[in-house]
Amino acid sequence: MARITAGIGASHVPLIGRAIDTGDTQSDYWKPLFDGFDFTKKWIAEEKPDVIFLVYNDHATAFSLDMVPTFAIGCAEEFAPADEGFGARPVPMVEGAPDLAWHVAQSVIQQDFDLTIVNKMDVDHGLTVPLSLMYGQPKKWPVKVIPFAVNVVVYPTPSGRRCYNLGKAIRNAVESFDEDLNVQIWGTGGMSHQLQGPRAGLINQEWDKRFLDRLADKPEELADIAHVEYIRETGSEGIEMVMWLVMRGALGDNVTELHRHYHVPASNTAVGHIILESQS
Amino acid sequence: MALDKPYKDVPGTTIFDSEMARKGYHLNQFCMSLMKAENRARFKADERAYLSEWPMSEEQRQAVLDRDYNAMLALGGNIYFLAKIFSSDGKSFQYAAALMTGMSEEDYKAMMVSGGRSPDGNRYIGEGT
Repeated sequence: MARITAGIGASHVPLIGRAIDTGDTQSDYWKPLFDGFDFTKKWIAEEKPDVIFLVYNDHATAFSLDMVPTFAIGCAEEFAPADEGFGARPVPMVEGAPDLAWHVAQSVIQQDFDLTIVNKMDVDHGLTVPLSLMYGQPKKWPVKVIPFAVNVVVYPTPSGRRCYNLGKAIRNAVESFDEDLNVQIWGTGGMSHQLQGPRAGLINQEWDKRFLDRLADKPEELADIAHVEYIRETGSEGIEMVMWLVMRGALGDNVTELHRHYHVPASNTAVGHIILESQS
Repeated sequence: MALDKPYKDVPGTTIFDSEMARKGYHLNQFCMSLMKAENRARFKADERAYLSEWPMSEEQRQAVLDRDYNAMLALGGNIYFLAKIFSSDGKSFQYAAALMTGMSEEDYKAMMVSGGRSPDGNRYIGEGT
């Protein structure tokens, strides 16, 4: 039987990818950020997950305004790193896990969440930056990935509660897959940041830290946070944190926090990172 | 019944909702076209001519030519789409963010390094004034 053993939360700022790609991770600006991932790199090398269920958002890359799926699951054999306007990142192709992805699609849709099934999709920094943070610069990613895109760009975006409950449905789905697989779920994006308008640059460290404090043991409280609170307190792009709630929902009731890191800034953004192990 | 928009009183912030997505549809789709190198080259060769191929308002076209990102946001542009314009110009997100705040890029960077813009006084329009 497949199991979701752990979850990771991590921001996915494009400039972090650039720092990795240009070998700039040890500069004064970047070192404090990357140091917080040393633990995770060692941990994941020992854990050796077979599949990452990677919850992220597309940033007007694969999805223009032609189509805006609220929840999209990548069922392809592979996914190419996207050219986001200045050439694709020099990272390996992302290998999919279509058997499990189709199984999850079928199971989750039957649990009343209407997913969009995607068979062809390039993946942007939202997906590739977290892979680089956890795995560095391998020739080939040592893991299969199911990309799961959540719309947090065009309102209305899904509520935190909806995301949290979707995570629970994903857990049920994975646990009903026959193959013996170690699956991790990652929730990416956030934390506080605003990229637009005269209020750009907003950071709310106190709010972010309270979010991290409650993620393991009080996820129900986080699931109740309204969109407008994310916007007002954490900046217009802080809404990405609903994707962390998909991750949390998929870990079951009892989790243990293994590692945490928080750093301001990466470009315009507060970077948060957490590892939660599923106990149930 | 009108849709509830409780975010309208957040200062300096445009939420890309159904109203804005409709208003900015062609502006944003123009931005998407800049993902292709050949379109970027044509845009750079003659910006006005390239913009005239898209059924945008004249106001939207002028905002693009002026690189007035706050105006583009008000006219329905979404920041992730508008990013294709400043990326084509070889500019970073931090450059664009500084521009929208009216700060110099240097001052904006310094603000971020020292912890960013505080939410205090920035939660509601008119707060603290």
